[in-house]
Amino acid sequence: MEITTRGLWTLIHGMGFGGLYLLAGSGALVELYRRYGNRVNSSGADQSDRFLRVYLIAMAALAWLAVLTGTYIIYPWYRATPPAGTVDLHGFPQRLLMASPQTVGWHALGMEWKEHVAWLAPIAVTMAAAVVGQYGRGLQEHKALRRAVICFLWVSLAAAGVAGFFGAMLNKNAPVEGGATIRLTAGG
Amino acid sequence: MQDSGLRIHLAASATGGENANGAGAAAVLAAGIGCFVLGALAVLADKSTAVKNRMIFSRPTGPLSGVTTLAIAAWLLAWMVLHLCWRRKEIALGPALGAAFVLLALSLLLAFPPLADWL
Repeated sequence: MEITTRGLWTLIHGMGFGGLYLLAGSGALVELYRRYGNRVNSSGADQSDRFLRVYLIAMAALAWLAVLTGTYIIYPWYRATPPAGTVDLHGFPQRLLMASPQTVGWHALGMEWKEHVAWLAPIAVTMAAAVVGQYGRGLQEHKALRRAVICFLWVSLAAAGVAGFFGAMLNKNAPVEGGATIRLTAGG
Repeated sequence: MQDSGLRIHLAASATGGENANGAGAAAVLAAGIGCFVLGALAVLADKSTAVKNRMIFSRPTGPLSGVTTLAIAAWLLAWMVLHLCWRRKEIALGPALGAAFVLLALSLLLAFPPLADWL
């Protein structure tokens, strides 16, 4: 069982940072609806506030790591230009997709959409983390503000979903591969 | 006595203190601005070769590096300015949040390739 370094980075970016962000996003929305839907005066309120703050900061970190690794580590491998006369385009995913009318859409729609819309997620979730960090339970007094935060979080989750879906499909049709090979287990 | 109570109330409205809505509104509106700048720059870089070339901050990543870097810079700058102006104030949330939603919606449209190509 082997994996290339480029394949490993794609895994870290997509299934690590991106996948965890998507999983965490639904949890954050549930917690925000639960918390601000009812007036809660439990003794554990402070601890719960701290948990949500840390949770949203962790989500923001995941979103930033996902877009930064995607943009500056994986995307350059994806868009690499093959030397003149190259026939085998398997090391050049963008060119491979564009070489066939059956796959060009994955680049023209998928990657073109993903590469921009994904960046909305870290902006939105960083804002959400900052607002919840600033107001804590006091956000209960600011209904419009709270709704805005939740709306931006929904958009961030949708943006991450679009990026995740197209990332998976792009990698299925034209995998980002190459670099040193890492042997995970010896053959059986 | 009643007069001084009224004065305190009015002062609290103008400068709402720690729990004033200004800081939150600044964060939300700035996020809307950042998202919109991202979408607008993406379209501009797609439509104009001159803009596209200027957006290449990192050659391996290409124009995406400049588009995202400038959008993040615009977002943070807008956040800083709005925060400094509104942080202790109670502001009318309607226009600020309305503008943020419009900008967010526009950014989603601009980031969608078929619509961006149509422009």
